Amino acid sequence: MTDYNPFNLLGKTIFITGASSGIGRSTAIECSKLGAVLIITGRNEERLNETFSMLSGIGHQAIVGDLLNSDFRDELVNQLPKLDGFVNNAGINITNTVKFIKSEQLEQILDINVKIPILLTKEILKASKLNNYASVVFTASIAGVYRTSMGNSMYSAAKAAIHGFMRNAALEMANQKIRVNSVNPAMIETELVGKGNITEEQYEADRLKYPLKRYGKAQEVSWAIIYLLSDASAWTTGTAMVIDGGITLR
Amino acid sequence: MEIQQFISHIAEQFDETDPTTITEQTNFKELDDYSSLTALNILSVIDDEYDVNLKGDDIRNSTTILDLFNLVKSKVD
Ligand SMILES: NC(=O)c1ccc[n+]([C@@H]2O[C@H](COP(=O)([O-])OP(=O)(O)OC[C@H]3O[C@@H](n4cnc5c(N)ncnc54)[C@H](OP(=O)(O)O)[C@@H]3O)[C@@H](O)[C@H]2O)c1
Repeated sequence: MTDYNPFNLLGKTIFITGASSGIGRSTAIECSKLGAVLIITGRNEERLNETFSMLSGIGHQAIVGDLLNSDFRDELVNQLPKLDGFVNNAGINITNTVKFIKSEQLEQILDINVKIPILLTKEILKASKLNNYASVVFTASIAGVYRTSMGNSMYSAAKAAIHGFMRNAALEMANQKIRVNSVNPAMIETELVGKGNITEEQYEADRLKYPLKRYGKAQEVSWAIIYLLSDASAWTTGTAMVIDGGITLR
Repeated sequence: MEIQQFISHIAEQFDETDPTTITEQTNFKELDDYSSLTALNILSVIDDEYDVNLKGDDIRNSTTILDLFNLVKSKVD
Protein backbone atom coordinates (compact mmCIF):
# COMPACT_ATOMS: atom_id res chain seq x y z
CA MET A 1 0.00 0.00 0.00
CA THR A 2 2.72 2.49 0.94
CA ASP A 3 4.54 1.62 -2.30
CA TYR A 4 1.59 2.78 -4.37
CA ASN A 5 2.73 5.57 -6.67
CA PRO A 6 1.18 5.97 -10.15
CA PHE A 7 3.72 8.72 -10.87
CA ASN A 8 6.84 6.63 -10.43
CA LEU A 9 9.38 6.48 -13.25
CA LEU A 10 10.93 3.12 -12.44
CA GLY A 11 12.62 1.54 -15.44
CA LYS A 12 12.24 4.66 -17.59
CA THR A 13 15.17 6.26 -19.41
CA ILE A 14 14.73 10.01 -19.70
CA PHE A 15 16.73 12.60 -21.66
CA ILE A 16 16.63 16.22 -20.45
CA THR A 17 18.11 19.29 -22.18
CA GLY A 18 19.07 22.40 -20.21
CA ALA A 19 19.79 20.26 -17.16
CA SER A 20 22.71 22.38 -15.95
CA SER A 21 20.39 24.90 -14.35
CA GLY A 22 16.92 25.86 -13.14
CA ILE A 23 13.92 23.80 -14.19
CA GLY A 24 16.00 21.24 -16.12
CA ARG A 25 18.27 20.56 -13.14
CA SER A 26 15.38 20.22 -10.77
CA THR A 27 13.54 17.92 -13.16
CA ALA A 28 16.58 15.65 -13.52
CA ILE A 29 16.95 15.38 -9.75
CA GLU A 30 13.26 14.70 -9.14
CA CYS A 31 13.07 12.12 -11.95
CA SER A 32 16.05 10.28 -10.50
CA LYS A 33 14.36 10.17 -7.10
CA LEU A 34 11.38 8.49 -8.74
CA GLY A 35 13.54 5.77 -10.25
CA ALA A 36 14.43 7.02 -13.74
CA VAL A 37 17.78 6.68 -15.46
CA LEU A 38 18.80 10.10 -16.78
CA ILE A 39 20.76 11.40 -19.71
CA ILE A 40 21.33 15.08 -19.07
CA THR A 41 22.85 17.76 -21.27
CA GLY A 42 23.86 21.42 -20.98
CA ARG A 43 26.67 23.72 -22.09
CA ASN A 44 28.31 24.53 -18.79
CA GLU A 45 30.36 21.51 -17.74
CA GLU A 46 30.78 22.51 -14.12
CA ARG A 47 27.08 23.13 -13.53
CA LEU A 48 26.07 20.04 -15.49
CA ASN A 49 28.39 17.90 -13.36
CA GLU A 50 26.90 19.54 -10.29
CA THR A 51 23.46 18.36 -11.42
CA PHE A 52 24.91 14.94 -12.17
CA SER A 53 26.30 14.65 -8.65
CA MET A 54 22.87 15.46 -7.23
CA LEU A 55 21.14 12.54 -9.01
CA SER A 56 19.91 9.54 -7.01
CA GLY A 57 20.49 6.02 -8.27
CA ILE A 58 22.93 4.77 -10.87
CA GLY A 59 23.43 4.49 -14.62
CA HIS A 60 23.02 8.18 -15.43
CA GLN A 61 25.00 10.01 -18.10
CA ALA A 62 25.96 13.67 -18.54
CA ILE A 63 26.84 14.98 -22.02
CA VAL A 64 28.23 18.51 -22.32
CA GLY A 65 27.73 20.59 -25.44
CA ASP A 66 26.04 23.39 -27.34
CA LEU A 67 22.82 22.27 -28.98
CA LEU A 68 23.27 24.93 -31.66
CA ASN A 69 26.22 22.92 -32.93
CA SER A 70 24.84 20.34 -35.36
CA ASP A 71 27.92 18.10 -35.08
CA PHE A 72 27.37 17.96 -31.34
CA ARG A 73 23.70 17.15 -31.86
CA ASP A 74 24.57 14.30 -34.25
CA GLU A 75 27.00 12.86 -31.74
CA LEU A 76 24.52 13.30 -28.91
CA VAL A 77 21.65 11.62 -30.72
CA ASN A 78 23.99 8.81 -31.71
CA GLN A 79 24.99 8.22 -28.12
CA LEU A 80 21.43 8.18 -26.79
CA PRO A 81 19.92 4.89 -25.68
CA LYS A 82 16.26 4.13 -26.37
CA LEU A 83 14.20 6.69 -24.49
CA ASP A 84 10.93 6.56 -22.58
CA GLY A 85 10.99 10.27 -21.90
CA PHE A 86 12.44 13.35 -23.58
CA VAL A 87 12.26 16.78 -21.95
CA ASN A 88 12.95 19.63 -24.37
CA ASN A 89 13.75 22.28 -21.83
CA ALA A 90 16.84 24.34 -22.82
CA GLY A 91 15.84 27.91 -23.52
CA ILE A 92 16.75 31.55 -23.14
CA ASN A 93 14.91 34.83 -22.84
CA ILE A 94 15.81 38.12 -24.46
CA THR A 95 13.51 41.06 -23.83
CA ASN A 96 13.16 44.10 -26.04
CA THR A 97 10.31 46.31 -27.14
CA VAL A 98 8.94 45.77 -30.64
CA LYS A 99 10.37 49.07 -31.90
CA PHE A 100 13.92 48.03 -30.96
CA ILE A 101 13.98 44.33 -31.92
CA LYS A 102 17.28 43.38 -33.55
CA SER A 103 17.53 40.68 -36.13
CA GLU A 104 20.35 38.92 -34.23
CA GLN A 105 18.30 38.86 -31.02
CA LEU A 106 15.35 37.38 -32.85
CA GLU A 107 17.53 34.74 -34.48
CA GLN A 108 19.17 33.81 -31.20
CA ILE A 109 15.91 33.38 -29.34
CA LEU A 110 14.20 31.48 -32.16
CA ASP A 111 17.24 29.23 -32.65
CA ILE A 112 17.46 28.00 -29.08
CA ASN A 113 13.79 28.08 -28.14
CA VAL A 114 12.22 26.87 -31.39
CA LYS A 115 14.60 25.54 -34.00
CA ILE A 116 16.63 23.32 -31.65
CA PRO A 117 13.71 21.62 -29.87
CA ILE A 118 12.03 20.96 -33.22
CA LEU A 119 15.18 19.62 -34.89
CA LEU A 120 16.17 17.56 -31.88
CA THR A 121 12.72 15.96 -31.77
CA LYS A 122 13.00 15.19 -35.45
CA GLU A 123 16.51 13.80 -35.14
CA ILE A 124 15.64 11.61 -32.17
CA LEU A 125 12.52 10.33 -33.89
CA LYS A 126 14.37 9.65 -37.14
CA ALA A 127 17.08 7.74 -35.25
CA SER A 128 14.31 5.62 -33.68
CA LYS A 129 15.45 6.52 -30.19
CA LEU A 130 11.94 6.85 -28.78
CA ASN A 131 10.25 3.72 -27.47
CA ASN A 132 6.57 3.19 -28.15
CA TYR A 133 4.58 4.77 -25.33
CA ALA A 134 7.38 7.31 -24.79
CA SER A 135 6.52 10.80 -23.58
CA VAL A 136 7.94 14.04 -24.97
CA VAL A 137 7.57 17.20 -22.89
CA PHE A 138 8.36 20.77 -23.92
CA THR A 139 8.98 23.55 -21.43
CA ALA A 140 6.90 26.26 -23.06
CA SER A 141 5.50 29.17 -21.07
CA ILE A 142 2.31 31.05 -20.39
CA ALA A 143 4.01 33.75 -22.48
CA GLY A 144 2.76 33.85 -26.03
CA VAL A 145 0.19 31.15 -25.43
CA TYR A 146 -1.88 32.60 -22.59
CA ARG A 147 -0.33 35.92 -21.69
CA THR A 148 1.30 39.08 -23.04
CA SER A 149 3.74 41.45 -21.38
CA MET A 150 5.83 44.48 -22.32
CA GLY A 151 9.14 43.66 -23.97
CA ASN A 152 8.33 39.97 -24.28
CA SER A 153 7.24 39.72 -27.92
CA MET A 154 10.19 37.69 -29.24
CA TYR A 155 10.02 35.18 -26.38
CA SER A 156 6.24 34.95 -26.77
CA ALA A 157 6.60 34.31 -30.49
CA ALA A 158 9.07 31.52 -29.74
CA LYS A 159 6.92 29.85 -27.09
CA ALA A 160 3.77 30.17 -29.22
CA ALA A 161 5.67 28.45 -32.03
CA ILE A 162 6.60 25.57 -29.72
CA HIS A 163 2.98 25.35 -28.62
CA GLY A 164 1.91 24.88 -32.24
CA PHE A 165 4.65 22.34 -32.88
CA MET A 166 3.82 20.39 -29.73
CA ARG A 167 0.18 19.92 -30.75
CA ASN A 168 0.97 18.88 -34.30
CA ALA A 169 3.75 16.53 -33.22
CA ALA A 170 1.28 15.00 -30.74
CA LEU A 171 -1.08 14.24 -33.60
CA GLU A 172 1.60 12.63 -35.79
CA MET A 173 3.41 10.74 -33.07
CA ALA A 174 0.21 9.23 -31.67
CA ASN A 175 0.65 6.64 -34.45
CA GLN A 176 3.50 5.21 -32.38
CA LYS A 177 1.63 5.81 -29.12
CA ILE A 178 4.19 8.49 -28.29
CA ARG A 179 2.64 11.33 -26.30
CA VAL A 180 3.69 14.96 -26.68
CA ASN A 181 2.72 17.67 -24.19
CA SER A 182 4.05 20.86 -22.69
CA VAL A 183 4.24 22.58 -19.36
CA ASN A 184 3.50 26.29 -19.44
CA PRO A 185 4.88 27.96 -16.35
CA ALA A 186 4.49 31.57 -15.30
CA MET A 187 7.43 33.18 -13.52
CA ILE A 188 9.68 30.68 -11.76
CA GLU A 189 12.47 31.69 -9.39
CA THR A 190 15.54 30.60 -11.44
CA GLU A 191 18.63 32.06 -13.05
CA LEU A 192 16.48 33.71 -15.72
CA VAL A 193 14.87 35.94 -13.10
CA GLY A 194 17.07 38.91 -12.31
CA LYS A 195 18.99 38.92 -15.58
CA GLY A 196 16.68 41.46 -17.25
CA ASN A 197 16.12 45.15 -16.81
CA ILE A 198 13.71 44.76 -13.93
CA THR A 199 14.50 45.94 -10.40
CA GLU A 200 14.04 43.79 -7.31
CA GLU A 201 11.31 46.20 -6.20
CA GLN A 202 9.42 45.66 -9.45
CA TYR A 203 9.81 41.90 -9.01
CA GLU A 204 8.29 42.11 -5.54
CA ALA A 205 5.34 44.12 -6.85
CA ASP A 206 4.96 41.59 -9.65
CA ARG A 207 4.94 38.61 -7.26
CA LEU A 208 2.01 40.16 -5.43
CA LYS A 209 -0.05 40.26 -8.64
CA TYR A 210 -0.25 36.47 -8.51
CA PRO A 211 -3.37 35.19 -6.75
CA LEU A 212 -1.06 32.84 -4.80
CA LYS A 213 1.24 35.82 -4.02
CA ARG A 214 4.54 34.36 -5.15
CA TYR A 215 6.48 33.08 -8.15
CA GLY A 216 6.78 29.34 -8.66
CA LYS A 217 9.60 27.05 -7.67
CA ALA A 218 11.50 24.98 -10.22
CA GLN A 219 10.39 21.80 -8.47
CA GLU A 220 6.75 22.73 -8.93
CA VAL A 221 7.31 22.68 -12.68
CA SER A 222 9.30 19.45 -12.43
CA TRP A 223 6.42 17.66 -10.74
CA ALA A 224 4.11 18.61 -13.61
CA ILE A 225 6.73 17.39 -16.11
CA ILE A 226 6.92 14.16 -14.11
CA TYR A 227 3.17 13.70 -14.33
CA LEU A 228 3.46 14.01 -18.12
CA LEU A 229 6.43 11.59 -18.22
CA SER A 230 4.75 9.01 -16.03
CA ASP A 231 2.15 6.42 -17.00
CA ALA A 232 -0.36 8.38 -14.92
CA SER A 233 -0.81 10.59 -17.99
CA ALA A 234 -1.02 7.69 -20.46
CA TRP A 235 -4.19 9.13 -22.01
CA THR A 236 -2.95 12.73 -22.16
CA THR A 237 -1.42 14.11 -25.34
CA GLY A 238 -1.32 17.55 -27.00
CA THR A 239 -1.98 19.25 -23.68
CA ALA A 240 -0.44 22.52 -22.55
CA MET A 241 -0.37 22.40 -18.77
CA VAL A 242 -0.52 25.78 -17.09
CA ILE A 243 1.42 26.13 -13.82
CA ASP A 244 1.05 29.74 -12.87
CA GLY A 245 0.08 30.56 -9.29
CA GLY A 246 -3.26 31.64 -10.74
CA ILE A 247 -1.93 34.58 -12.77
CA THR A 248 -3.92 33.72 -15.90
CA LEU A 249 -7.10 33.99 -13.80
CA ARG A 250 -6.58 37.74 -13.88
CA MET B 1 28.33 62.78 -26.23
CA GLU B 2 26.04 65.59 -27.18
CA ILE B 3 23.21 66.57 -24.83
CA GLN B 4 20.82 67.91 -27.50
CA GLN B 5 20.99 64.70 -29.43
CA PHE B 6 20.52 62.69 -26.24
CA ILE B 7 17.41 64.70 -25.38
CA SER B 8 15.96 64.10 -28.81
CA HIS B 9 16.55 60.34 -28.54
CA ILE B 10 14.67 60.32 -25.24
CA ALA B 11 11.95 62.66 -26.54
CA GLU B 12 11.29 60.29 -29.44
CA GLN B 13 10.10 57.68 -26.96
CA PHE B 14 7.13 59.85 -26.00
CA ASP B 15 4.20 59.51 -28.37
CA GLU B 16 2.12 62.47 -27.17
CA THR B 17 4.38 65.04 -25.53
CA ASP B 18 5.55 67.75 -27.93
CA PRO B 19 9.29 67.06 -28.26
CA THR B 20 10.12 70.77 -28.39
CA THR B 21 8.87 71.12 -24.78
CA ILE B 22 11.33 68.49 -23.53
CA THR B 23 14.60 69.82 -22.06
CA GLU B 24 17.44 68.44 -19.96
CA GLN B 25 15.54 69.57 -16.87
CA THR B 26 12.37 67.69 -17.79
CA ASN B 27 11.27 65.24 -15.13
CA PHE B 28 10.55 62.60 -17.73
CA LYS B 29 8.74 60.15 -15.46
CA GLU B 30 6.13 62.83 -14.69
CA LEU B 31 5.11 63.28 -18.33
CA ASP B 32 1.51 62.19 -19.00
CA ASP B 33 2.47 59.64 -21.60
CA TYR B 34 5.27 58.03 -19.57
CA SER B 35 4.60 54.32 -18.99
CA SER B 36 6.41 51.06 -18.31
CA LEU B 37 6.74 50.70 -22.09
CA THR B 38 8.42 54.13 -22.31
CA ALA B 39 10.90 53.01 -19.67
CA LEU B 40 11.78 49.89 -21.69
CA ASN B 41 12.07 51.95 -24.87
CA ILE B 42 14.41 54.40 -23.13
CA LEU B 43 16.65 51.52 -22.04
CA SER B 44 16.64 50.18 -25.60
CA VAL B 45 17.38 53.48 -27.34
CA ILE B 46 20.29 54.11 -24.95
CA ASP B 47 21.61 50.65 -25.69
CA ASP B 48 21.23 51.20 -29.46
CA GLU B 49 22.71 54.68 -29.63
CA TYR B 50 25.39 54.60 -26.91
CA ASP B 51 25.98 50.89 -26.38
CA VAL B 52 25.27 51.37 -22.67
CA ASN B 53 23.18 48.80 -20.86
CA LEU B 54 21.20 50.56 -18.15
CA LYS B 55 18.90 48.73 -15.72
CA GLY B 56 15.40 49.52 -14.51
CA ASP B 57 17.05 50.72 -11.30
CA ASP B 58 18.93 53.42 -13.20
CA ILE B 59 15.64 54.81 -14.50
CA ARG B 60 14.17 54.66 -11.02
CA ASN B 61 17.10 56.58 -9.57
CA SER B 62 17.00 59.31 -12.25
CA THR B 63 14.70 62.31 -12.12
CA THR B 64 15.63 64.55 -15.05
CA ILE B 65 16.88 63.73 -18.51
CA LEU B 66 20.16 65.34 -17.45
CA ASP B 67 20.49 62.70 -14.70
CA LEU B 68 20.16 60.00 -17.34
CA PHE B 69 22.58 61.80 -19.64
CA ASN B 70 25.21 62.04 -16.90
CA LEU B 71 24.80 58.39 -16.05
CA VAL B 72 25.19 57.29 -19.65
CA LYS B 73 28.11 59.67 -20.16
CA SER B 74 29.90 58.24 -17.13
CA LYS B 75 29.58 54.76 -18.66
CA VAL B 76 30.63 55.80 -22.15
CA ASP B 77 33.82 57.58 -21.01
N1 LIG C 1 12.24 30.71 -15.26
C1 LIG C 1 11.02 31.02 -15.66
O1 LIG C 1 10.36 31.89 -15.10
C2 LIG C 1 10.40 30.29 -16.83
C3 LIG C 1 9.04 30.46 -17.05
C4 LIG C 1 8.44 29.81 -18.13
C5 LIG C 1 9.20 29.02 -18.96
N2 LIG C 1 10.53 28.88 -18.74
C6 LIG C 1 11.29 28.02 -19.67
O2 LIG C 1 11.88 26.97 -18.94
C7 LIG C 1 13.05 26.52 -19.61
C8 LIG C 1 14.19 26.44 -18.61
O3 LIG C 1 14.40 27.74 -18.09
P1 LIG C 1 15.14 28.02 -16.69
O4 LIG C 1 14.36 29.06 -16.03
O5 LIG C 1 15.43 26.77 -15.98
O6 LIG C 1 16.46 28.70 -17.29
P2 LIG C 1 18.00 28.57 -16.92
O7 LIG C 1 18.16 28.32 -15.47
O8 LIG C 1 18.65 29.76 -17.53
O9 LIG C 1 18.44 27.26 -17.72
C9 LIG C 1 18.46 27.25 -19.12
C10 LIG C 1 19.13 25.97 -19.56
O10 LIG C 1 19.17 25.94 -21.00
C11 LIG C 1 20.48 25.61 -21.40
N3 LIG C 1 20.82 26.19 -22.71
C12 LIG C 1 20.62 27.45 -23.13
N4 LIG C 1 21.13 27.60 -24.37
C13 LIG C 1 21.65 26.41 -24.73
C14 LIG C 1 22.33 25.92 -25.88
N5 LIG C 1 22.57 26.70 -26.94
N6 LIG C 1 22.74 24.63 -25.89
C15 LIG C 1 22.52 23.83 -24.85
N7 LIG C 1 21.89 24.23 -23.72
C16 LIG C 1 21.46 25.50 -23.67
C17 LIG C 1 21.36 26.18 -20.32
O11 LIG C 1 22.62 25.55 -20.36
P3 LIG C 1 23.95 26.27 -19.75
O12 LIG C 1 23.53 27.04 -18.55
O13 LIG C 1 24.81 25.09 -19.43
O14 LIG C 1 24.49 27.14 -20.82
C18 LIG C 1 20.57 25.85 -19.07
O15 LIG C 1 20.79 24.54 -18.66
C19 LIG C 1 13.28 27.49 -20.76
O16 LIG C 1 12.80 26.93 -21.95
C20 LIG C 1 12.46 28.69 -20.35
O17 LIG C 1 12.04 29.44 -21.46
C21 LIG C 1 11.15 29.48 -17.69
